[in-house]
Amino acid sequence: MREALRRCLGRNAAPLGLALLLASFLGLTVAIHPQFGAYDVQSLALGALPLALAAAAETAVVLAGGIDLSVGPLIAVANVLSARLMVHAGFAGALGIAALVLAAGVLAGALNGLLVVVSRVADVVVTLATGFIWGGVALLILEKPGGGAPDAFQNLATGTFGTRWLPNALVFLALALALGWGPVRASRLGLGLRATGSDRVAAFRSGVAVARMQVISYALGGLFSAVGGLALTASTGIGSPLAGLYYTLSAIAAIVVGGVSLSGGRGGMIGPVLAAFILTLVPTDLIFLAINPNYGQVIQGTLIVALVMGGGLATALRRP
Amino acid sequence: MEPFETGKEILLTESAVRAPPPLEARALAKRFGAVVALGAADLAVRAGEVHALMGANGAGKSTLVKMLTGALRPDSGTILIAGRPCSFASPAAAREAGVISVYQDPALVPDLTIAENLRLSGVPAGVVRGWLERFGFGALDFAAFARTLQLPTLRLVDLARALASEPLVLVLDEITAALPADLTRLVFDVVREWRGRGRSVLFISHRLAEVSMLCDRATVLRDGVAVGVVAPARGGEEEIVALMLGTRPGAGAGAPAPAQAARRTGRAEPPALEVRGLRAGALLAEVSLTVAPGEVLGLAALEGQGQEMLFACLAGLRRPEAGTILAAGRAARFRHPADAIRAGVALIPADRLHALLHQRSVRENIALPMHRRLGEWGPIAMRRERARVNEAVRRLEIDTRAEQEVRRLSGGNQQKVVIARWLAAGFRVLLCFDPTRGIDIGTKRQIYALIRALGETGAAVLMFTSELSEIALSCDRAVVLFGGRIVAEMPAAEADEERLLRAAHGLAARPEQAA
Repeated sequence: MREALRRCLGRNAAPLGLALLLASFLGLTVAIHPQFGAYDVQSLALGALPLALAAAAETAVVLAGGIDLSVGPLIAVANVLSARLMVHAGFAGALGIAALVLAAGVLAGALNGLLVVVSRVADVVVTLATGFIWGGVALLILEKPGGGAPDAFQNLATGTFGTRWLPNALVFLALALALGWGPVRASRLGLGLRATGSDRVAAFRSGVAVARMQVISYALGGLFSAVGGLALTASTGIGSPLAGLYYTLSAIAAIVVGGVSLSGGRGGMIGPVLAAFILTLVPTDLIFLAINPNYGQVIQGTLIVALVMGGGLATALRRP
Repeated sequence: MEPFETGKEILLTESAVRAPPPLEARALAKRFGAVVALGAADLAVRAGEVHALMGANGAGKSTLVKMLTGALRPDSGTILIAGRPCSFASPAAAREAGVISVYQDPALVPDLTIAENLRLSGVPAGVVRGWLERFGFGALDFAAFARTLQLPTLRLVDLARALASEPLVLVLDEITAALPADLTRLVFDVVREWRGRGRSVLFISHRLAEVSMLCDRATVLRDGVAVGVVAPARGGEEEIVALMLGTRPGAGAGAPAPAQAARRTGRAEPPALEVRGLRAGALLAEVSLTVAPGEVLGLAALEGQGQEMLFACLAGLRRPEAGTILAAGRAARFRHPADAIRAGVALIPADRLHALLHQRSVRENIALPMHRRLGEWGPIAMRRERARVNEAVRRLEIDTRAEQEVRRLSGGNQQKVVIARWLAAGFRVLLCFDPTRGIDIGTKRQIYALIRALGETGAAVLMFTSELSEIALSCDRAVVLFGGRIVAEMPAAEADEERLLRAAHGLAARPEQAA
């Protein structure tokens, strides 16, 4: 029994550690900014939502052994496409458009996967190239920030659920992960994805359809990117062709901090999402502390290195 | 060669013999580029038999197995499962058809737990545990990650998983290579029981003793062609060795080895390289050997007997766990390949990919190790460098038409560049690991001649080769490595293929009457 508990703790060290870290950062935030209240919780959730979804998109791809540099640009496309189409739509129409955008995201992701599998060009190169294409497409759809979304749709991210302390953004995120990743994780598909990322030859020999798994992982990445773009539309109320671009590198930072191995196969979905919250909270704290915001990036970078090294050290120490 | 029938057949019912065999291959062929890996391989595994697949290194065993299990597609020929032609697009398809393989490196995904691995291939965990109990691993923790298990355990889990899917034909590829003797016995018991249920096993092994203990019939491959089917049980061992070599049993090797140059004796010089009690990793148990200046020592071994580790230790790629290495009589502790090179020990690896800078020119590749001599800090002394490089190129007859980029050279010429590098830089001991792998016959000859010439100029050469006939052609003396130990030593003149092969299979030397 105790052995089982210890193993459970050991296996979930990354998410547990990150949850503790997030809690202590929140404590720190309250300490330096005593007025911290429901409004701040909501703005944190809103700020972290697109990054958390971008991290989820990257995780789906990296767990299966790939890498996707087109996550940010695809978020931008989903953002401007939905904002442009939804500008005069009602709530029901907006939901229909959202479904369309999700389908487009899955297709765009699957295209990445197919290119990687069929052309055998390195995944970094393929997704870098498609990333440029999506970046251009986003500008073609919407030249400058504009468009819009019905209030009821925006409320999906900006409202609260029941109490003031539970922002809709958190519910949105939890639902997206539960619906998008839950069924995958629990099924043989999830095992196949992780097996492909862990050891492609062994997976192939175990009867896994490796190429299909790769395509599916990129399609899932596309799905979560599209959700991220929709979240951006809901939380900002407009479409911005450049806003999504920065999410690629931040998502990679989040998954690395979140305990996902860039070589594939190891890690989960919770860690990167928690890491997205931590990476969003740090700049906020710096503002509360009135530190020159230009230090923000320096501190964030240092934090990433420290967290990743700390994780590696913990693993090394645990091994006898 | 007629199939060799034995009394074992009595065990099979008439109908089983007449029914189409569970697994049959007809004229399977595969080529990789210009290399024919498999010319035309025929194989039939009957119901209720353990069938061995044998052949020397490079005979095409692994290519055949990969095609039978769906990991590789044949260029031509047919595979029949229970009489029906099948073509497998993937291992999953072969599994579906009833052919399941336990590979040399276990096919368990390291980052999944055992339970997850079983779920991945859709095998009931309870049945797997039942089989594991037979091997004494009933208490194995299925929640453990596969990466945390030892190799023998992994192989048994892999075997249990294969058995649990009830295959028509179970393919065991060197299953015993990583197993201790007691587990090997348990595995054999299970295989016999499996046969008793009328199932079939294709057993691939280097170990003749195991094959004659376990197998009903054996198909022997030589140079990509199935050259015969024999019954190993009753004195078939000699016949298998003969088939593998392409000679009649007892006829000895084809041509006698060329007379070797008289060994310079009576010198007080210490050996150029001496190894005492070297141990490293799981494979290298204890190796001691010496190579005198001017001597070419050949090392023969089957795959996976520890030769890679031995060379890695000697070249400073890996630190041994025990034992000493003496270079020119001085104890050497190589922490890094640079230490070995400084002590005059140079390695020519099997994999030319790792030895050369592929996108750089022939000249740069040859000159690279010289730079620690030719004034490391100043500008490169171009003229001196060019003279030495040209000398090496001339001596080795390297075809320099494509000299701007080494990767555009043929494999043989690339290998010559690797050798030329050390000729230009200078060395005392040259370690050659399978230097002629994948090289055409003409260049091979040149490389043998070169190795001989190096010996005559006073350099010591230790050469591992997977082609046993090379030893008589280019060496002074031969040692045989088996199970991480040197099991035989002989002058090259006596190192005919048959003797080497027997020693490499761990068989004692044949009584003199046959020699």
